[in-house]
Amino acid sequence: MKILVCMKQVPQKDAPLKLNESSAWIREDVSYEVNEPDAYALEEALRQKEKHSGEVVVITAGPARSRQVLREALAKGADRAIHLEDPGFVGLDAVNTARAFAAAIKDEKFDLIFTGLQSDDYGYAQTGVILAELLGWPHATIIMQIEKSDSGIRVKRELEAGYFQFVDMPLPAVLTIQSGINKLRYATLIGIKQAKNKPQRKVPLAEVQPALGSNMQKIERLYIPQKTKNTEFLEGSPGEVAKKLAEKLRNEVRVL
Amino acid sequence: MAIKFRGVDFLEFDALISDEERLVRDTTRKFIEDNLIPIIEECNRAGRFPRELVKPMADLGFFGASLKGYGCAGMSNVEYGLMTQELERGDSGVRSFVSVQSALVMYPIYAFGSEQQKQQWLPAMQKGEKLGCFGLTEPDFGSNPSGMRTRARRAGKEYVLNGEKMWITSGSIADVAVIWAKNEEEDDKIRGFLVETNRPGFRAEDIHGKWSLRASVTSSLSLQDVHIPESNLLPDSDGLKSPLMCLNQARYGIAWGVVGAAMACYDCALQYSLFRKQFRDQPIASHQLVQEKLAWMITEITKAQLLVLQVGRLKDKEKAGHQHISMAKRNNVWMALECARLSRDILGANGVADEYPIFRHMANLESVKTYEGTHDIHTLIIGQSVTGIDAI
Repeated sequence: MKILVCMKQVPQKDAPLKLNESSAWIREDVSYEVNEPDAYALEEALRQKEKHSGEVVVITAGPARSRQVLREALAKGADRAIHLEDPGFVGLDAVNTARAFAAAIKDEKFDLIFTGLQSDDYGYAQTGVILAELLGWPHATIIMQIEKSDSGIRVKRELEAGYFQFVDMPLPAVLTIQSGINKLRYATLIGIKQAKNKPQRKVPLAEVQPALGSNMQKIERLYIPQKTKNTEFLEGSPGEVAKKLAEKLRNEVRVL
Repeated sequence: MAIKFRGVDFLEFDALISDEERLVRDTTRKFIEDNLIPIIEECNRAGRFPRELVKPMADLGFFGASLKGYGCAGMSNVEYGLMTQELERGDSGVRSFVSVQSALVMYPIYAFGSEQQKQQWLPAMQKGEKLGCFGLTEPDFGSNPSGMRTRARRAGKEYVLNGEKMWITSGSIADVAVIWAKNEEEDDKIRGFLVETNRPGFRAEDIHGKWSLRASVTSSLSLQDVHIPESNLLPDSDGLKSPLMCLNQARYGIAWGVVGAAMACYDCALQYSLFRKQFRDQPIASHQLVQEKLAWMITEITKAQLLVLQVGRLKDKEKAGHQHISMAKRNNVWMALECARLSRDILGANGVADEYPIFRHMANLESVKTYEGTHDIHTLIIGQSVTGIDAI
């Protein structure tokens, strides 16, 4: 099985965020990490490779700093990496990111493409699905389990309210992987040393530019949530006050 | 209230290290956060070494990480240092265990051992299947190891060892001890011997009642007519300078490690000072005297990082002298202990409870200040280096 894992570098979960000058995104001077759902996608790809042999390739799009996620993936056991390297990749929407990936891998033949379910920063949950559409491949989302079958694969999808759905799919296919599908491994110190010598291909923006269009989604403005304080006195007999309070907790604050 | 460590980088230290070095640090940090932090206070209370972490640490390559071959990771000195920093951010006792296994047992086998000894011990120790301890210090000889009383006498194709060793990390859990002894057939020259701990006459007793390094094992060793084959002599060990070379490796790791302990205390105190309110409903971080402590700590931590990074870079070029390592060990342990004390102060009464890591680090660092060359001995090493006059 030849598996491509699409990965993204995102601001660290507990990093204090500051808005940039245009208030359309955050300032660059924060710490970054691997998007958590992508880490699970990588782990699943490595496990599939260990079971069925094959190759795991990782891809990301972003400025030089995003090489970090590829290096970590290679240290954990991915075989090679593709880096769409340019600061210009930061502002792409899901459609253009998917177009860029599709253009970068046009000469490759993968059996499976994994993405994390969504990114921890934008949270679109679109890139994988759109990539499948662009490639003309079937896809399934929120994957909890992957088994090889005679005709392709059988996957378990997480639905709402504790329900699951099993889907039989042909290959090649795109899957978006749910966090928690497996237990993440650590990069080993030897793995970190070996990562240096694994093949990494750089793809400049110019190479995929012809495939890109203008963004269909745009962030107009980001803002820090305003803290407001509202005090309201409930009046009436204890019974009436309790009833009003319960109603407010249920319908307004929604904690009951 | 649990406070999560956020890392400390005031002066863009990260810009001075490579992606690879950062990955080593971040991987170790995550491992410690996931596996040691949840259990360390319980281990410290119970005086228990978390043996269950030996295998996972071995799997990640923590043992003998800077050695090449024999299954070891071949890390640079800076990478090795960043790893010990994160280990000691967790606990000095656990870092001590890794230092002893790596710098004080695997290193002398690697540097002074025969190929057969290396093949026998290094891969198994790298995998954590065999543990080691280092026997240099004696009940009556700490700072002055040349006075040691442990002796090796030849008997046919064997050596017979007699003596007492004290304050030996991992003594009672070790499979092999590197014992330094005066060799009678060489006019009492100090040599290193590998002593399997199951040999008749070898006994290890744990030292109880420690208020420090409670999550690591500390033992005294007694050797009474312990017979070992002559092939257990470390052939390239050559006088007192051999154990001192081992100590240099370990001191270097300590100089990094304690930066981690200092960071843990500082970051905890900083976060605490921002939510702890006292006067006029303001956080105590708004008080000048608290800010002075925080400013002192972040300045000293930053200086310590730069100092030990430079020593590491020199070491990677094989240019680090023992006096450089002494400076880093002396300064950084002192600054870490001061950070722990100031942080304890900022937390007030909460600082003495093991809900927070500070008092544990503080108690640990008291040992770290003394072992592997006391603060004062390192002062004299630096003094000797700049004056040319030995004041020891």
